[in-house]
This record gives sequence, C-alpha cells and structure tokens, in this order.
Amino acid sequence: MTAVLPVTPAPRPAPPSAARIAVRRVGLELRLFFRERQQVVFSFAYPVIMLVIFAAVLGGDERPGDVPFTHYFLAGIAATGIMLTSFQAIGTSIATERENGQLERLQLLGTPPVAYFAGKAGQVLVTTAAQLALLLPLARYAYDVPMPADLQHWLTFGWVAVLGALAGTVLGVAVSALRGSAASVTTGISAVAIVLQFFSGVFFGFTELPSWMQQTAALLPLKWLTQGMRSAFLPEQAAAFEVAGSWEHGRTALVLAAWVIIGAVICARTFRWRRAT
Amino acid sequence: MTTTQAAPRPGTTAAQTEPAVRMRGLLKRYGGRAVVDGLDLEVARGEVFALLGPNGAGKTTTIEILEGVRKRDGGEVRVLGVDPAVGGRAWRARLGVVSQGEGAAQELSVREILDHFAGYHATPRPTAELIAAVGLEEKAGTRVSRLSGGQRRRLAVALGVQGRPELVFLDEPTTGMDPVARRQFWELIRGLRADGATVLLTTHYLDEAAELADRVGVVAEGRLVDVAPPGELGAELRRAATVRWTEDGAVREVRTESPAAVLRDLLAGPGDVPGLTVTRPTLEDVYLSLVAAASTARTAAEGDPR
Repeated sequence: MTAVLPVTPAPRPAPPSAARIAVRRVGLELRLFFRERQQVVFSFAYPVIMLVIFAAVLGGDERPGDVPFTHYFLAGIAATGIMLTSFQAIGTSIATERENGQLERLQLLGTPPVAYFAGKAGQVLVTTAAQLALLLPLARYAYDVPMPADLQHWLTFGWVAVLGALAGTVLGVAVSALRGSAASVTTGISAVAIVLQFFSGVFFGFTELPSWMQQTAALLPLKWLTQGMRSAFLPEQAAAFEVAGSWEHGRTALVLAAWVIIGAVICARTFRWRRAT
Repeated sequence: MTTTQAAPRPGTTAAQTEPAVRMRGLLKRYGGRAVVDGLDLEVARGEVFALLGPNGAGKTTTIEILEGVRKRDGGEVRVLGVDPAVGGRAWRARLGVVSQGEGAAQELSVREILDHFAGYHATPRPTAELIAAVGLEEKAGTRVSRLSGGQRRRLAVALGVQGRPELVFLDEPTTGMDPVARRQFWELIRGLRADGATVLLTTHYLDEAAELADRVGVVAEGRLVDVAPPGELGAELRRAATVRWTEDGAVREVRTESPAAVLRDLLAGPGDVPGLTVTRPTLEDVYLSLVAAASTARTAAEGDPR
C-alpha cells in the first residue's frame, strides 16, 4: 500500500473549471433526485394525482367565464408543479445537504458556489420539463383539455414556465438558509407551498377568493405564474374574467423577475456552506 | 564575481521551504470565551503531527481555522505559505481534509461518490486504488446509508486523500473503526508520509499517536501545553519511576527519580522481595497529568468563583 499513492510533484495543474464541475453536478443532482422516492413522488405524482382527484370531484364545474374546471385547473396545477420542482425541491434538498455535511465537503474541496447552483438549476430544468411532459399529455388525452392554441401561446407558456422556475429556484436557495433543522425547514416550505396554492387560484377561481387573499397573493410569485399559465392555455376571451380584465403579461414578467432578483440578493447574502454555530 | 551560496533547487520557492503549518498566538473566541487561547505550533514538511487533547480543548476549531473554513479572532497563521483566511482554489487543491463526517449523499455507492468527486481534482487518484487503500473493496457498490460507522470513516479518509494532497488534515480519523481497519489506516498514513505528504491529525487514541506521529502536541484549555516526540512527551513527568513491592502483607510504593538507589537498598536486605516492580509513566499517564495540570492552572488563573 505504501508505494501506490505517490504525491504529485509541484507545480500541480489548475483544478477543473467551474463549468466542468457544474456539468458533473447536474448529473449527480439528477441521479440523486430520482433515487429519493419522496422527492419523485412529491414533484411528479402530486400534480398528476391532484388533477385526477379534482377532475373526478369537480369535473362538471365551471370557473369564471364559463371555462370548464379542468381547463382552469390544469393551468393552476402546472404552475404548482413548477413551484414543487423548483422552490420546494431545492429548498429542502439544500437544507438537508447542509445539515448532513455535504456542503461542508464541497466547501473543503473549494467548489465554486456557481457550480453548485448550476447543478441545482440543471436539476430543476430537467425535472420540471419531465413533470410537464407527464402532466400535459394526461390532461390533453384523458380530460380533453386544449393545449396552447398556437406558437405564440406556446412561447407564453415557455417564458412563464422558465421565469417561474427561476424564481422558485432562487427562492428555494434563499429559504434553505433559514435557521433550524432540515426537517423543520422542510415542513415550513411544505406549509408555505400548500397555503400559496389556495391563495393563488390553483384550486379555486382567483376572482372568487376574498379580496384580502387576492391582495396577499398578488405580492407573491405563484399567483402570477398561475395567471401566466392560464394565458397560455385558456382562450383569449377568458382574459376578461381576470382581476384586471386582461392577462397582464407585462406585470407578470415584472413581478416574477422582481422575485428572481430579490431571491438572488438574499442568496448572495445568506448562502452558507455550513450551519450557523 | 563568484558565489559560494548553493543555488536553490529548480522549482523551489520560499513558500515550499517554509513549514507546512505555522501559527503564532492563534486566538478564537465563542461568546467571549477563548476556545483557542494563544496557540503556537509549527509542523514541518513531511512530518506526521498528532494533536491530542480532551473534548472541547480546541482541536477541531484549530484544524478548521487551518483549513480556512473558520475565521480566527487573532494570531498569525500560514498553511503551505498561505493565510488560510484568503486561500483560493489553487491552495485548497493542495490540501486534503478528513473531517468528522463523510459528507456524501446517502443514496450513492462508495464507487459513485469517489468517481464523482474525482472530477473536482486536477489529478485524482484512481477510484479502484483508493478503494483498495482503505479496504472497502467489498463495499464498493454499497450505498453510504448501508455502511457501518467505521466504513464511513474509511470512505471519508479515501475522499480526503483523493486529490493527492501535500498536507492532510485528519480530525479523529479512526473513531469507530475496528482494530483491523485502524491498522490499515495506519498503513495508509505511513504511505502518505513515505510519499512526502505532511499529516496533521487529531486523535483520542494515545497508541495511535505513539504509533504514527513524529511529534505529538497536547492541547488543553486552548493552549499547547507540551510538544515532543511521543517517547519524550512530558520529560519531567517521565523521570519519576514507581517502585512497588510487598512487605509484611502490605503493598509498599516509592516514587523516585533514581529507582536504582531504592532497588539497591531493597536488594541489600537478607530475604527475597516479593511483588517487586519498577514502572515508568506511560504515554497515557503523562497525557493525563499534562491535561490535569492545564485545567488546574486555568481555574487558578481565573480565580475561584466561589
């Protein structure tokens, strides 16, 4: 055993670039994601199960503007799914990795933080796409929900989804810095995610909610993500039944982008490899 | 003009000839209490140095400051010629760290983890070689969540030396290892030393320190109370021998620095001397005395609160 472990003589080559480590991180994050049953169930099965349950119970109902319930609900549950694969998955996984010393290992290896975040972002991108690829065909073929009408609506769907996932990711990183055990952070994130769904017009028509709920939700990203999704899936005339009487694309982009920036600033200020001592 | 001074070896810089670790007056406080209280220490290149000390003596804090992951409140520190507080990636690449946890995802196998982290180093040791060096061949395909405590420690050791470090920090590396694994680990450390690496380890096992270390430093109450090769630690304490024998059915005991004189007197008597033994303090006796003395000194210095 003695002779087989030679020390590299100086000078040693530079360590691999942040980009190369980022690529490895994406692969690792995905492998881990799919090995954690709880994550997979929460992120993938939840939107699908919700769609099946709510369609079974409320399938005959209509939402504001004579929109069939399943049409309205698909937009909401797609938005929820994005929140789960970004905000919830990232927030809980970072809190756990910090608690069990995985981040400490990365710090000791001199891992560039940007490579770590790129790994998380890659995971969100792939899992979100996979989840939507599961949810949308189910809605289309099992519940006859129309897909975005044309290229322009698909583009709307695209930018809303990307911006929403981005906001969810940075906010997930931000909340992972909360004090407390990983278990308590996980519980907190789940609670926020559930309440947000009710406030943001996922289960109920947004205009049917009490105004204080609407006003609270209007400050937070999920409401705008949901509204943006409706603008991609629902016909133009349904816009008249939104709060402002229009889809408010400008405001949607603005609020989501603002949350991306707020989240990024919080991350930059609070991200730590180690738990506070 | 001629010069008689020997030219330095090509590629040798000042940073390479200075000690691997040098600290002066290291200070770290938590909530007003000094955990590390003016620690001076130097570890030469190629040396295996063991830090001994009771729990809470400041060993882990000291190591973490040297690793550049904890800020110090005072003192001067150089690790491989660089202040750890500002050490960058190139500096970090020269260090290996075995901390108290393995810090790896529970759902990955031993081989997967080593293969993954190989990508963080410029010239990683091959995974198979590492697995063999820590004796985890049987467990290469096993997920971390199914490893025993001792097997996790071995994985941590493998991760710590993966990047061919010049300087390796090991914080209680053998805690939880069975005797076979510990001996295997000792072999690994000897191998590292033979290859020219510097090793700084903390341990609670005195036999381990005696076995591995060129020098041992005893830390108590945040200070270095003694530093010497394991056989010379606490030289004054060691000079005292204890002579024991049985006389009239009772055990008699004399502590002396010159046991020969005592023995001569005893043996000059007419009969046999039953139960005669001469003992010197073991490393453990010396260690316990040093730690106890430091603790008493601190209490005295702070004044009795009662």
